[in-house]
Parts: sequence; C-alpha cells; structure tokens
Amino acid sequence: MGKLFSKENGEVFMRPLNLDNPVTVQILGICSALAVTSQLKPAVVMGLSVTVITAFSNVIISLIRKTIPMRIRIIIQLVVVAALVTIVSNILKAYVYDVSVQLSVYVGLIITNCILMGRLEAFAMSNGPWESFLDGVGNGLGYAIVLVIVGFVRELLGFGTIFGFQIIPQSFYTENGGYYMNNGMMTMPAMALILLGCVIWVHRSINKEEKK
Amino acid sequence: MEHFFSLMVRSIFVDNMIFAFFLGMCSYLAVSKTVKTALGLGCAVTFVLFITVPVDYLLQTQVLEKFAFDNGLDLTFLSFILFIAVIAAMVQLVEMVVEKYSPSLYAALGIFLPLIAVNCAIMGASLFMQQRILLDPATSTQAIGGVGDAIAYAIGSGIGWTLAIVCLAAIREKMAYSDVPKPLQGLGITFITVGLMAMAFMCFSGLNI
Repeated sequence: MGKLFSKENGEVFMRPLNLDNPVTVQILGICSALAVTSQLKPAVVMGLSVTVITAFSNVIISLIRKTIPMRIRIIIQLVVVAALVTIVSNILKAYVYDVSVQLSVYVGLIITNCILMGRLEAFAMSNGPWESFLDGVGNGLGYAIVLVIVGFVRELLGFGTIFGFQIIPQSFYTENGGYYMNNGMMTMPAMALILLGCVIWVHRSINKEEKK
Repeated sequence: MEHFFSLMVRSIFVDNMIFAFFLGMCSYLAVSKTVKTALGLGCAVTFVLFITVPVDYLLQTQVLEKFAFDNGLDLTFLSFILFIAVIAAMVQLVEMVVEKYSPSLYAALGIFLPLIAVNCAIMGASLFMQQRILLDPATSTQAIGGVGDAIAYAIGSGIGWTLAIVCLAAIREKMAYSDVPKPLQGLGITFITVGLMAMAFMCFSGLNI
C-alpha cells in the first residue's frame, strides 16, 4: 500500500490540477472546454466523462504498451479511445438523455480531445498502469475544474441560475420592476473564449514563478 | 445548385467551425503564428475534409443505416470507430503526399500534420453531417441529403476554417509588436482576440440565404 500512495504518485496526481493544468497551461482540449460550458450541468457531465475516459484509456494503453508497434500506435490509441467513448456516449444516452442531447456532437469529439492523445503519448506509453491511472484522473479533474469555473460564471451571468436553480431573485429583473438584466452575451460562444482568456490570465499571474 | 451554394456559404460564415463551434482549436492556436504556415495547414485540413466527409456520409447511409434496415441489426453505434479509422487513414495519405511534393511545408507543419487526424474540426464535420442527415431538406438549409451536399458542406467548413486561421495569423503577426501585460502574453491575449473575432462573426448569424 505504501508504494501505491507514495510521494511521487501524489505528485503525478496533483500537478495537473494546478501547476500543470491541461487547459490553462498546456492548452489542450480547448474545443470542448468552450462549447459545453454555457451551463453548469453539461460542463460537470462533460468533465466527469473526460476524467473516466482519460483514466481508463491510460490504463489500457499502459497495459498493452510493450506490444504496440511504434509506427501504428496512433491508430491503436484512437481505436481504444473511440471504443471507450462509444460506451460512455451510450451510458449518457441511457441515464441523462437531456444532457446528452445538449452535449450533442461534443461527446463524440472526446475522441479527438487533445488531452487524451497527449496523455497517452506522453505518459501512458512509458509508465505503469497505476501511475497512468492517477495521471489520467488528475488530468481529467484538472480539465473539469476549468470547465466548472467557466460554466459557473457563464450560467450565473447569462441565465441568473446555478444548476438550473434561480439564484438572482425574480424581483430584481427589470420586467418585475427591478434593475437587473441577464447578460445575453454570456450565452454566446464569443464570451467563452474571452472568459477562458481571463482564466488563463489570472492563473498565470498567481503562478508567476512557473511561467517559462 | 442553389442548395449547394447556400449550404456552403452558411458553413463558411454562419456555422463557422472555429467561431461557432470551437472545433480544431488546438492546432488553430498553435500553428497561427505566421500566415504562410497557417494557409498551408488550412489547405491540408480542407483537403482532408473534402475526402473524409463524403466517405463517412456513404458509410453512414449505405453501410450502417442500410444494414440496420435490411437485417434489423442496429450498428450505428460503430460510427465513431468507423469515422476515426477513415480519418486516420486519410491523414496518413496526405502526410505522404505533402512530404513528397512540398518538403518545406512538411517541415513547417511538423507534428501538426499527423495531428490533423485528431483535429476536432475533421471529426466534428463528420459528426455534424451525421446529425444533419436527419433534417428535412425542404425546410432546413442545413440538411444534407446526398453526396453532393456532403461535399459542399465539407468544402465550406474547410474554407471557413482556413479563413479563420489565416485571419488570426495575420493579427498575431502584427500583435508581436504591441505592449501586452505580462501574464496575458501569448495564449491569454490570443483567446481574447479570437473572442472578439467570434463576436464580429456573430453579425452573420442573421444571414438568410
């Protein structure tokens, strides 16, 4: 047990959460990070799906890494990931159908999420299954954190709700005699980009010494 | 003919891969430092789209759906694996052609050429095509009802992507001389630029062709 939770393994798990965050530092997996964050619920579901898929594809590739011929490794990795995504996509359709409709093509696009390919290439191809699992979970959660931050701001300012619950009191709205209006811009794709830019800005100002 | 044209114009401006759906962001941000390489990658992406979307369309309608209709066995869940296999094979081919005929472009694109295989824009176009088969061509300008429509959509998406990456590369070439706050330098400011460009592209969204 001592070896499983050693200091190095803890490091493997913790680094992607903050200092080596896949989205804000390595700039991977941006496509879906932007598209699914107009509300919090799809953002959370997407973050969890990516975490599960990264963790298990890392384990599978790590188990078979010694038998994969170098020349065709990309195709093998893609097939493993595509199979896992098909499973997750069907599970989502079965249990949270409304969210899977909202996510539409972006569930399928997890296959081409650069975080997955990046982790498989950089980590799972040269490390054991347990380390790869931790690395996968860490990177998936690091991605999920950014999604949740962006989704939280966009849903709060764009719809005045969190997880679909009204946060801003109805009486504040202009139509009820108040002075508040939802910011429609926040629901547009353009603001997701600008918000993510700001998240990166804040993150880099905090971790100044880590900047190259 | 009219339907092809409107489908193509819509996919260039209104349903732009980058500004409306954020597809292909990774290579979009990484390769957009000079106009010349950006144009090269844009052409490669357009070409791969031009081949893969019609092939995936035929696979979806003639193999997966037809099989379900004839034998009652629904295999459409295999579409992800089939699409990605077609794309990976196609990219391998393009890589060999570029390496043979334009070694300078091959060197400039570097790792991003094989990575077209995992470019979300390519897979995304196939998945959107798959959704749009279900739309009714009589009422929707986005419907894809045949191989011709699939080709028009693929070319339009490719041109839209190329347009976006060339514009960003041109802006970034100029931006190298401007004074940006330190933590915002590099990718932070690039995101904000893309956001502003996306806002500008939003004015096309009311376009009715």
